[in-house]
Amino acid sequence: MRSKSSRSWGAVKRQAMIDEPLRIGSHSLNSRLIVGTGKYDTLDLMRDSLAASHSECVTVAVRREKLYDRDGRNLLDFIDLSRYTLLPNTAGCYNAIDAVRVARLGREILKSLENPGADWVKLEVLGDSKTLLPDPLATLEACKRLVDEGFQVLCYTSDDPIMAVRLKAAGAACVMPAGSPIGSGQGILNPNNLTIILEYLKTDDPTYPVIVDAGVGTASDVAVAFELGADAVLLNTAIAHARDPVRMATAMYHATEAGRSAYLAGRIPKRLYAQASSPEEGTITSRPW
Amino acid sequence: MMTIQFNGQPKQVEQETTVEELLLEAGVPIKFCAVERNLEIVPKPEYRTLKLEAGDAIEVVTLVGGG
Repeated sequence: MRSKSSRSWGAVKRQAMIDEPLRIGSHSLNSRLIVGTGKYDTLDLMRDSLAASHSECVTVAVRREKLYDRDGRNLLDFIDLSRYTLLPNTAGCYNAIDAVRVARLGREILKSLENPGADWVKLEVLGDSKTLLPDPLATLEACKRLVDEGFQVLCYTSDDPIMAVRLKAAGAACVMPAGSPIGSGQGILNPNNLTIILEYLKTDDPTYPVIVDAGVGTASDVAVAFELGADAVLLNTAIAHARDPVRMATAMYHATEAGRSAYLAGRIPKRLYAQASSPEEGTITSRPW
Repeated sequence: MMTIQFNGQPKQVEQETTVEELLLEAGVPIKFCAVERNLEIVPKPEYRTLKLEAGDAIEVVTLVGGG
């Protein structure tokens, strides 16, 4: 009797865990959390935080090789390439020409590493260095060029639904609206815009991926993104600059599981008035009015 | 000797220096880098044979932590 009940509990747990992999272009990932590798105090702390996040995909940046004062330790010595798909970004680019150039260099490095991330890029073309908000015109131009060159473009953008539609039409493999400015930790400032983006991009194409990228401050922001219907969340600073990054990475993992499960489970509608959980019938008490 | 631009800095190198010789001399881990010569990517198999010319702008990049 006891063993039978434990079997059925196991079945319940398995059923609760069932989810589709995250599909972006030709890539398939079992974790819906994508994490950055920047801003950690040490590379050891980064490696442990990535592991705690359960992510299978990590973003990296392309920069000049330091020819002087190099400490001999490369980021890639701390990332298990058999475990993580690298997602090279174009961070720091302020025009389409630079973004295309950096994307090509990232692809060149990943090709020689034989990492599956060689055919995709996180496109980010910024408008100014104070807000780090995307330049929409340059982003669209760079997106078109990179798609023409065969890249699968994961396109960082603002939370503007019209821009999101334009980027999808330009061939982006996924659109990645910001919750709030990069590194700001303000969370999802305009959930209504995100809801509209999800509706516009997915109504006739339900598997088209939309990823919330940037602005996450803490675990509840991740849960909110998934509850709204985002397919994945991409974050960096919220883990790297937490007081305890490994613990925060663990929290982000659980928030991903919780938010995604809540979305798949289907939340109850919000109501103005209460609805009793216990039956009205059979009460032995009187009502005040 | 001739002068090239190496990651934005002028550098004196021998005539007919190859890309590979430049990288080895600078101690760059070749596996983790990509090289651009005058804004054109140099494919890895050409590092050994491609000879630099005076005035070439060489950029050598690698991957670093980023979001």
